[in-house]
Amino acid sequence: MNMDDDLMWMGAGVGGVLVIASIIGAILAKTAKTDQARATIANMNARTGAWWVMVIIFGGALAGGRTTTVVLFGLLSFLALREFITLTPTRRGDHRALFWAFFVITPAQYYFVGAEWYGMFSIFVPVWAFLFLPVRTAMAGDCDHFLERAAKTQWGLMACVYCLSYAPALLSLPIAGYAGENAKLLVFLVAITQMSDVLQYVWGKLFGRHKVAPLVSPSKTWEGLIGGVLTASALGAGLWWATPFTPWEAGAVSLAITIAGFCGGLVMSAIKRDRGVKDYGVLIEGHGGVMDRMDSLCFAAPVFFHILRYWWV
Amino acid sequence: MLSKFLIIGLVRVLTGVRARWVGAAPEKRQRIYFANHTSNLDAVVIWASLPSELRAITRPVAAHDYWTKGLTRPYLAKHVFNAVLIERKNVTVKNNPLTPMLAALDAGSSLIIFPEGGRMAGGEPAAFKSGIHHLAAKRPDVELVPVWIDNVNRVLPKGEFLPVPMLGSVTIGAPMKLAEGETKDGFLMRARAAMCTLGGVSA
Repeated sequence: MNMDDDLMWMGAGVGGVLVIASIIGAILAKTAKTDQARATIANMNARTGAWWVMVIIFGGALAGGRTTTVVLFGLLSFLALREFITLTPTRRGDHRALFWAFFVITPAQYYFVGAEWYGMFSIFVPVWAFLFLPVRTAMAGDCDHFLERAAKTQWGLMACVYCLSYAPALLSLPIAGYAGENAKLLVFLVAITQMSDVLQYVWGKLFGRHKVAPLVSPSKTWEGLIGGVLTASALGAGLWWATPFTPWEAGAVSLAITIAGFCGGLVMSAIKRDRGVKDYGVLIEGHGGVMDRMDSLCFAAPVFFHILRYWWV
Repeated sequence: MLSKFLIIGLVRVLTGVRARWVGAAPEKRQRIYFANHTSNLDAVVIWASLPSELRAITRPVAAHDYWTKGLTRPYLAKHVFNAVLIERKNVTVKNNPLTPMLAALDAGSSLIIFPEGGRMAGGEPAAFKSGIHHLAAKRPDVELVPVWIDNVNRVLPKGEFLPVPMLGSVTIGAPMKLAEGETKDGFLMRARAAMCTLGGVSA
């Protein structure tokens, strides 16, 4: 991977934000008065700690090159799909189809991303997996809730594997005058979606009054959404120097990313609510499962990829 | 050693399982862990979810006929899990399943047992067989610890040989012993109830 100065500045920026968050967290932990405040601060500090780990893993993979980045996202998809299928009631008759989903379709999808075979990776799950998996399930002979079960397996693959695989696919987009610099697009995407999540949380905690969808997620408010989306988009505009965009373009693209990210979080919350759980898992301390952290990225990655591919390639 | 790491790694990848100790600390003392039985993987999953120093002294009790077939199973039973193999089909005085279990306890090992004797079909565990009572009566110093294992049957349903990844859980409850003057049936009911409570299933 080409370690240009811009990428270094982005890395330094992320590190700086985490250092500041860690210092503020340490001060707040000392000054918190009530039990409730202490619990909130402890959760916040656990999240910051987990952020350090995630940033180091992500940075390490990116520094290792395109292949290690593709492999990292492949593993994340595997873990996300494992969480998703665990929450989804499946039956004995789904077993073989699920085996295919985990051990053949997921690796194949990431192989096509790694091989930079756009014509295949962009249709593999929506077409080939879509046609094949229900056949495997039908052959198992159990017709109870057949359509529901086939749809759930397909949906899990689309969200956890197909959509997420667009993130490392950014590394292969041939943008004129930007060759060898695509790693910055991936950092840009991940930084904007995650900052948007954090800022929506902060704005919501400070000013949240009117809930967007109270039955789906009590913590998502209009104040949090608008404040978070606008500040994260402004942040994205401020990162224009690392992208092929002008500042205005960077802001507009960031707006699309953050809105898509919000939608991802909302839809994944609806699924969690339907299944009666708060988090997808417990793998990342303070955050929940992999899918709790990736939900916004799942929706934002394909949107960002196709905007770039349509207007910049 | 390597095969041990591989198996534990594989179990983690497939089930993501970590033991939750809700009723006892993971202390290094002699115990009989008794669990609900839903899958051939149960014993392996519980064994793999124990901290390594406890895992080293804990032996799963497993069916002789299943674990002596083929090449892989006997290797795993002997060199990886160090299983205590018991007869379940043609029980005679000579191959009484209690004998190897008591011998393992006397050698200082902890055990993992499945007192239902078979895999549960529906949602509720079957009534306990009397084996656990014999162990409790004959070795009264050893603590009995209820364990609830959840969602592992979806990893490897009966009749399948290829596993799929599925998050499972292992919940470890409070130790218990045979009370003075407690009847066999009373004890079996109490032990089963303790196990069911962990899983949130009505006993």
